[in-house]
Amino acid sequence: MSRLDIRELVIDVPGRGDGSALNLRVEPGQVWGVLGPNGAGKTTLLHTLAGLRPARRGDVWLNDRPLATMRRRHIARALGLVFQDRQDGFPATVRETALIGRHPYLSPWQMEGGDDLRQAEAALERLDVAHLADRLVSTLSGGERQRLAIATVLTQAPALWLADEPTNHLDLHHQTAVMELLAEQAAAGRAVMMCLHDLNLAARWCDHLLLLYPDGKARWGPREKMLVPSSLERLYGQRLATAEIDGAPVFVPVR
Amino acid sequence: MSVVELGARAMGRPRRLAVPLGTLTLAALTALVLSLTIGSASVAPEALWAVLRGEGDALSRTLILELRLPRSLSAFAVGGLLAMAGALMQVLLRNPLADPYVLGLSGGAAVGALTAMLAGLGGLVISGSAFAGALASTLLVFGLAHGTGSWTPSRLLLTGVVVAAGWGAVITLMLAVSPAERLPGMLYWLMGDLSYARTPWPPLALLLIVCLLVIPLGRSLNVLARGPLQAAALGVAVRPLEWTIYVVASLLTAMAVTTAGSIGFVGLVVPHMLRLVLGNDQRLILPACALAGGTLLVLADTLARTMIAPEQLPVGVITALLGVPTFLYLLYRSR
Repeated sequence: MSRLDIRELVIDVPGRGDGSALNLRVEPGQVWGVLGPNGAGKTTLLHTLAGLRPARRGDVWLNDRPLATMRRRHIARALGLVFQDRQDGFPATVRETALIGRHPYLSPWQMEGGDDLRQAEAALERLDVAHLADRLVSTLSGGERQRLAIATVLTQAPALWLADEPTNHLDLHHQTAVMELLAEQAAAGRAVMMCLHDLNLAARWCDHLLLLYPDGKARWGPREKMLVPSSLERLYGQRLATAEIDGAPVFVPVR
Repeated sequence: MSVVELGARAMGRPRRLAVPLGTLTLAALTALVLSLTIGSASVAPEALWAVLRGEGDALSRTLILELRLPRSLSAFAVGGLLAMAGALMQVLLRNPLADPYVLGLSGGAAVGALTAMLAGLGGLVISGSAFAGALASTLLVFGLAHGTGSWTPSRLLLTGVVVAAGWGAVITLMLAVSPAERLPGMLYWLMGDLSYARTPWPPLALLLIVCLLVIPLGRSLNVLARGPLQAAALGVAVRPLEWTIYVVASLLTAMAVTTAGSIGFVGLVVPHMLRLVLGNDQRLILPACALAGGTLLVLADTLARTMIAPEQLPVGVITALLGVPTFLYLLYRSR
């Protein structure tokens, strides 16, 4: 069980005013979606919440401790981050890549053991990339790499998932599979916060939403209160048509 | 996959280290024995064995224990230091073209050594002043790259390359103005020459210490090789680790340059050859670099002092002549 406490947080987007400070709590079992147009600071927010970049103001508390005072190793045991873009340094296989998810749990002299390998293999299986285990990452397609990145965080097994566009590059089937996986994680008592571009995925899979406006203003709350067409239209500067399919609202941009 | 299979594969991981490292250790020992027996006067294996047991005639004892053994051990240590420094620099800069000298280290060391030679000073002063030059260059590059507080690998690399070019100009200037009788010594130093090596123990001790220090960092280095943000997200304290690598790699290079002058290609080629064959686990690559780099330099030095004996070639020429075709072949054959 892990919770993330965001107190008076202003993220540091260069050249932008403070906007509204964020005050919210990500509790176990919740799935938060972060919505906003390009450049609104979604990635910056996730990186700040993971302690990878300093905030302009305010604090992030992880399990009742300020993130800034924690060691990276301890943060990494509680909090995992799926990055939006990845750099391949040196060539590595898919299995080796998933296995680095075990890094925060192993002491310097320890080699990965059978349990670690089993967790990595299970994560690859779950993300449908087990058949690629011996391939070099550089030979994978964009969607396969995306699933590998999620499998690596699944191997890391954090209680708190931060995911930056987890459905990037994924086909429709795998988009649903990944959202199911994240919902499953939340149902098991973990917490998820993800940036999404697809309003409809957010409407279907998230129970809380955080809307980030380009000027730094923000609104947040339970999904039902946030999915107001007029406010979404203002968020993206785009007219939307709304329908209901399968019990969930569907938004379609119109001219 | 069954539990038994998984267990077997997990057990296989230490063996994955043992087989290549065992093979490389054997190769290193073979190279050392070769280097002791071959030379202007060759020594039969029985005679070598006798000397190593503490017997044998006085002439062979002097030849082996006082001339060849220190030189071979120095060669081994220097090769190991350079290869490890190269592997570390490549991870630090996340650039496969990085080598121990890329940050201007050898240039600084060379200017230090050549200054001492120009002044007509002898052995120990040359070493000391080379070491000082290497460290000064390290501080200069890091200070400049760090200047505004945000150094990135590409910034560090560019600063190093430019500083190295500056040292190159200074070296050329020094060669141009130095008296003719000092030129051969200076040129040999620049191309790498183990006949300056006096005692092998400081570089050997450093090699051993760094091996023990760096191997537990191996997995963190594997994660760092995937980029600093990813590494931080997986629990690596990135800045302290990068500092450690930088300082250690600089120290290794400074020691190598001080012992044997600037020897090219070992630091660039050995880590790459090993990566092409053994993959990219730094826990394996770093000790393998120490062994393979050492072996390569022992063999190269043996060739350097036997090919046109009693004249000696600069060992740097041999490492380049051996390293370049081998590397190109492996690269051509790789996936």
